[in-house]
Amino acid sequence: MSEPSRRIALYQIAHGRSGDKGNRLNVNVIAYEPRHWPVLLAEVTTERVAALFAHRGVTRVTRYELPRLGALNFVIEDALEGGVNSSLGVDTHGKCLSYLVLGLEILVPNEPGETPLASPVLQTAR
Amino acid sequence: MYRIGSGAGFSGDRIDAPQSVVRAIAAAGEGGAVIFETLGERTLALGQIAKRQDPLRGYEPLLDDILEPILAQCIAAGIVIVGNFGQANPPAAARAIQDLATRLGLGTVRIAIVTGDDLVGRVDLTQTERWDGDGRLPGLDGDVIAINAYLGAGAIADAIRSGAQVVVTGRVADPALALGPLVAHFNWSWTDLDRIAAGTLVGHLLECGSQVSGGFFADPGFKDVPDTADIGFPIAEVDADGSFVITKAEGTGGLVDLRTVKEQLLYEIHDPAAYLTPDVTLDITGVELQQVGPDRVRVTGARGHQAPHKLKATVSVYGDWLGEAEISYAGPNALARARLAITTIDERLRRRSLPVRHRSDIIGTVSAFDSDDGDLLAAFGSVPAGDYRVRFAFGGNSQREVERAVQEVNALYCCGPAGGGGVRQSVRPRVRTLSHMVPRDLVEMGFHFAGGEP
Repeated sequence: MSEPSRRIALYQIAHGRSGDKGNRLNVNVIAYEPRHWPVLLAEVTTERVAALFAHRGVTRVTRYELPRLGALNFVIEDALEGGVNSSLGVDTHGKCLSYLVLGLEILVPNEPGETPLASPVLQTAR
Repeated sequence: MYRIGSGAGFSGDRIDAPQSVVRAIAAAGEGGAVIFETLGERTLALGQIAKRQDPLRGYEPLLDDILEPILAQCIAAGIVIVGNFGQANPPAAARAIQDLATRLGLGTVRIAIVTGDDLVGRVDLTQTERWDGDGRLPGLDGDVIAINAYLGAGAIADAIRSGAQVVVTGRVADPALALGPLVAHFNWSWTDLDRIAAGTLVGHLLECGSQVSGGFFADPGFKDVPDTADIGFPIAEVDADGSFVITKAEGTGGLVDLRTVKEQLLYEIHDPAAYLTPDVTLDITGVELQQVGPDRVRVTGARGHQAPHKLKATVSVYGDWLGEAEISYAGPNALARARLAITTIDERLRRRSLPVRHRSDIIGTVSAFDSDDGDLLAAFGSVPAGDYRVRFAFGGNSQREVERAVQEVNALYCCGPAGGGGVRQSVRPRVRTLSHMVPRDLVEMGFHFAGGEP
């Protein structure tokens, strides 16, 4: 009798990278395993990503879906506080920001008999 | 099959990186190309400033260090060197490469110089539209240092067809560095858009150097990378139909797998169905990846659509002065003392009415994710004991005012919270960049050989 689903951090089933151009940030989020693609689609929504960056005053978030790659690409407008040549921040490129997205808490279905996570060492007690 | 390797992904990349790439391509015995991408949005303006101070400068400062170990082998093995390391002064870079070749006893090298990216005096920016990705950044003000259009691959391909052994460019679209040699080698037609798209995708995956072969990727326990101290830079093995394999030299560190290629495939891409370049609109939505061997990923399915009507140009203007200063607090109650340092500086700036923008972060909490207003830090609750570094940043148009603000942080030594140490400070001018879209007919792309060779 297990829970139908449980909460984990996105980075346990997905990886990604961020890049900058001007004041625009893009973050890709890629499922390690194809079976987690539907989870990405359902859980990593434009609204939730926008909420992660709300304190930066983002003006728009667009999500592109790449099912062949099991990847989402988020384009986040005005996330960089002026970007590489104007920002006063520590990381003016926004290179660290992929990990802001990868820290998102998501709901994944439990799948009995399968290794639930990308790597056993990552399992969190719950 | 044609081999192209990457020798640098940015200005400041590992200078020994191209050596294993060139050795591997030379060992295959069929010639090829090695490309160097060393030109960020800001680098060009810095080059322009350097060139004004000295007409022999303004190109990649590490050029000699990068090329000296590989130049002889490239020439002997028929490996064309293509780099945007000309930055703001390609003719000076070409002269430096010939000097290096002479020093190495290689005689005269056919070095082509690509021209046409410099638009200063050729374009009225008030008549052009801004690029939408700059969002709410303020528009142009201040003195323009440089305007450079992103050129396509045409002149690079023509130069190689004319026998260039080295091609020196200023601003070109990064993927053009790879597309040029491919078009020259396979004689692809510029209207064969799926082939042009495939060559552009080769360039896109190679342009950041090791970012596709295990660099900027390692995350211990999640994404482990072998020998991060010697990551092999990528090599693409391209077939005439435009399909290709991404790999790296044997015996090097790093890795090439589906994960590394996917991360780089989408790196700095916005709409995956429409990646705009001067030569083609690249659509990667149909791209298929296949692991075909250890450190070998096959890439197929790039599609091309008509190139955009306008070219993107980077406009560089003198920006503000940036002052940075840091101080550490450690041990019991360190976080509270760090927070007190911040409110102390806030209050000092207010009382002195210093007209500078400023921001404070506590490194060790949420500094990289936070906003200028410190919203995340305000909400940050953590064990107050620890080892925290407070970083202050100040921006302003007056060097003197920014220096005064920085000096306030130094004064925390005696006047701030207990036990503050390790102040480091710097003040430097910045160059600001904006992007504008310019009509193609303002840009006259071409090339000529250094030394007046025909």
